[in-house]
Amino acid sequence: MKRLDRKTRKHALMLSLALVTGGFAGGAMAEELRLITWGGYAPDDVVAQFEKETGIDVKVTLSNNEDMISKLRATGGAGFDLAQPSQDRIVGVQRQFNIYKPIDFSRVNTEQLQPSMVKATKDSTELSGKHYGVPAVWGTSGLIVHNSVADSVKDYTDLCDPAVAGEVSYRLKRPTLIGFGFALGLDPFSAYNDRDRYDSILAQVEDKLIDCKANVKTYWTGGDQLLALLRTGEVKAAMAWDAGGWKLNAENPEIRFVAPESGALGWIDTFAIPRRSENEEAAYKWINFVMQPEIAAKITNASGNFTASKGADEFVRAELADAYRASFNDEAINNIKWYPPVPPGLETVEGQVLDRVQAAN
Amino acid sequence: MTSHSDLSCTGLVRRFSGHTAVDHVSLDVPAGTFFSILGPSGCGKTTLLRLLAGFDKPDEGDIHIRGQRMNDVPPNHRPVNMVFQHLALFPTMSVGENIGYGLKRQKVPAAERQKRIVQVLEQVGLPDLAGRNPQQLSGGQRQRVALARCLVLKPTLLLLDEPLGALDLKLREQMKVELKHLQKAFGTTFVYITHDQSEAMVMSDQVAVMRNGRFDQVAPPEVLYRQPETPFVAGFVGDNNRLRGDLVSVEGELADIRLDDGSRVRGRIACEGLEPGSRVDLFVRPESLVLAGEAINPGYTGMDARIRTTLFDGANSRVEAEAAGQTVYARLPQDGSAPRLGENAAVRLAWDPILARVFEAAT
Amino acid sequence: MMKDSASRLSLWLLLTPFLLWILLLVLVPHLQMLRVSFQVRESWDTLVWGFDQYQNFFTESYYWRTFVRTGVMSLFTTFLTLIIAFPIAWYIARLARGRARGLLFLACLIPFWASELVRTYGWMILLRESGLISSWLQLLGLADAPVEMLYNDVAVIIGLVYNGLLFMVVPLVTTLDGMDENLVEAGYDLGGGHLTVMREVVVPWAMPGIVSGCIVVFMLTLGSYLTPILMGGKDSAWFTQQIFTQFITRFNWEQGAALGVLLLFLSSVIVWIGLRLSGQSLRKVMG
Repeated sequence: MKRLDRKTRKHALMLSLALVTGGFAGGAMAEELRLITWGGYAPDDVVAQFEKETGIDVKVTLSNNEDMISKLRATGGAGFDLAQPSQDRIVGVQRQFNIYKPIDFSRVNTEQLQPSMVKATKDSTELSGKHYGVPAVWGTSGLIVHNSVADSVKDYTDLCDPAVAGEVSYRLKRPTLIGFGFALGLDPFSAYNDRDRYDSILAQVEDKLIDCKANVKTYWTGGDQLLALLRTGEVKAAMAWDAGGWKLNAENPEIRFVAPESGALGWIDTFAIPRRSENEEAAYKWINFVMQPEIAAKITNASGNFTASKGADEFVRAELADAYRASFNDEAINNIKWYPPVPPGLETVEGQVLDRVQAAN
Repeated sequence: MTSHSDLSCTGLVRRFSGHTAVDHVSLDVPAGTFFSILGPSGCGKTTLLRLLAGFDKPDEGDIHIRGQRMNDVPPNHRPVNMVFQHLALFPTMSVGENIGYGLKRQKVPAAERQKRIVQVLEQVGLPDLAGRNPQQLSGGQRQRVALARCLVLKPTLLLLDEPLGALDLKLREQMKVELKHLQKAFGTTFVYITHDQSEAMVMSDQVAVMRNGRFDQVAPPEVLYRQPETPFVAGFVGDNNRLRGDLVSVEGELADIRLDDGSRVRGRIACEGLEPGSRVDLFVRPESLVLAGEAINPGYTGMDARIRTTLFDGANSRVEAEAAGQTVYARLPQDGSAPRLGENAAVRLAWDPILARVFEAAT
Repeated sequence: MMKDSASRLSLWLLLTPFLLWILLLVLVPHLQMLRVSFQVRESWDTLVWGFDQYQNFFTESYYWRTFVRTGVMSLFTTFLTLIIAFPIAWYIARLARGRARGLLFLACLIPFWASELVRTYGWMILLRESGLISSWLQLLGLADAPVEMLYNDVAVIIGLVYNGLLFMVVPLVTTLDGMDENLVEAGYDLGGGHLTVMREVVVPWAMPGIVSGCIVVFMLTLGSYLTPILMGGKDSAWFTQQIFTQFITRFNWEQGAALGVLLLFLSSVIVWIGLRLSGQSLRKVMG
């Protein structure tokens, strides 16, 4: 461990040296916020407004959970001042790689956040009495279906139904494993800390996914790719994010986002501060800025996902709010399965399952 | 088309956009002869050779080899092989493989092949080189390999495209003689093209002089030299002096000519239709000119000249003189009979009119 | 003596950036990767040395199956690229003249002004079920329903061949360009047919170009990532993807490093065998 640490530090030193020189070469002495986040979470108009109000330059890097963790791991938590990982991917990673610093909630304007979400996120990002995440944006994974097959596809496992053979797509990632687990009547989340039980759940899911492979047109890898597949009608049913479904619904009412019978999978993306953030001040400013209701609504309008901001809903575009209500009734909302923190090591096992599915014929 | 001619062409024409490279050429090459086509570059001789090899097709006319019409036979099925100007030895094969390439195509068994490779290499004087790479050989050795590669196939006809061009002078002289010997030894019919008249003269049994896509004259070298039929041949083959003047009168086969400075000379008429008063060219070879002192052979004709300089070149030594406003060369015999000549010395140049040839002047 | 050491010094000074580049960006990362590949994570905070990652490779069938699949498909792609590139290169080097030649070369080059991603998407637009070729086929009455041509191995190979074509054409044109036209004629003149001349004269001559083109295309194909994934769909398993997954998705750098080392080993061995079989040396091939 010691050796690894020293090595990582050395790496980080070299990299940050490069970044620093790079920064100077850029010539800008102005204050800067380097944000690594998801597409749609920092819309241009929001960035422009923030820059105007604070005089801080915002540099946005688009990413996803895995990429964010990899980048921060490589530098030991340097290179960015603010990150937005999902809440379930913080504790395990923090314990392994120590890439974040605790949140100072006294600097966060929690008044404008939904208390239940703040509490949930605090709980799931707690490590040794410290909290590492502030809730930002939330959403679900479920099913995007075309009306023509809506009757046969009501749950994840229905994607394996012969009625939709060759017209199905989903990702080869862990949400698929979890979703299929629930749809098979199992409860993967409760087995997170019971390795044997989790292994047996994964084994069943693996069999199901290999059986199901013939039904799949392709495993989608990027949001735009999936949207194109659904838009052209090449794919009629897919496991995907709600926001994508609502976006398609706006273009073509025949396509809808449906919460599966076994429950949509709920995630919360957070704000987390990298351990070697160089402008913590600006990071908190950004958090408090974008969580104002009007600003948060802009983010919802851009990304299609709702935020943790209190009272932002009334500023959201009407059709988005309608689509949301059409997908989720109260029962469906209560049935959302929120991701608990992922214990370390789980992903390695899951990865092997996914590899085997990918390689199966 | 006689039965013992190896190659016979009738009325060959090859046109390229804008000009005719080969213009109604007919030729007949008897078996076992060394036939050269001599001409300046651009005269169409390479095109003609490519027609014979089959790389190109004539627009008109026929090619017969040993009585077989060849026009539509592709190059790999013609009993014809070619030694290329730059030899085109396969650089990726050894000498033995180069020579074996054609034999392999004829499906000669490996053992027989080896035997013939060794044999032909001995014949061209390169024993024990079969394993070498062509790049490791000297220019002359490569030359012989290229020949061996063709001769081993026992072709009816061997085409040679100025293969000596790349050699240095000394080696070229040596190879000329050697080629002639090899041709005699193998008995193969050679068709050789060159722009170097000395190569053509030394080696050939017959020489065709080619100009602007046509043959001017086809004859043995000596005839070509002594009795050129066109002013072009007279000027192109061997050294020659050309004197321009007006025809005064004709007596039998001799013409009386007035040069531009008024002096009168005589020569033998070599073309038809000459009328007194027409412009003519008189060609007389440097070795036919005699530096005459007082004693002049009565049958000779002569003119006054002024020595410009002497050019010593062993057996080929000459004087450069000015006569009738034109530059004239005369051979200087090296047997001691020649007088000592200072610059600007006045001499009389004389010749036997039978040895000079008179043509209508080219415009 | 003075001059000697001065010129040696300037030589070293000239070489320094290059050596640094090799050292820092090639040698050090690879050594590091080799080192990491032999580390085993026993628990969250202990690392020991071991061969576990390599053992995983041989015991988990999907690793080596993907490995073999990647190797075989890359070889096949390289071969196919050669077959397609040769006539193109022949035409450019020997038949085309002047302007046409430049234009042809440009035509080969233009696709490379766009990134691999864009090129791949281009093919996807053509091949997909709702794509151009499918609709043409329907329009011409050759198909009565949309035809899916994407998401299979053929599509992957099409994409890979397209990506490699330029890198095959360029060295081929260069070698064929230098060939004496008379060599081909001599090949025919001495009795060879088209096939013989091709096999005995042209191919041996072009061998350095063929081998260097093949090496580049093979390496490129073996290491390609986007094309197999985007065009291959559900059966797209490609070895680079597994390396990427290990590093980025699984945070399993140790396994990723081991797979990386194995890929390097595979490509080196295949290139070495290729050089051996074709009787070429690296020095000859690379100029």
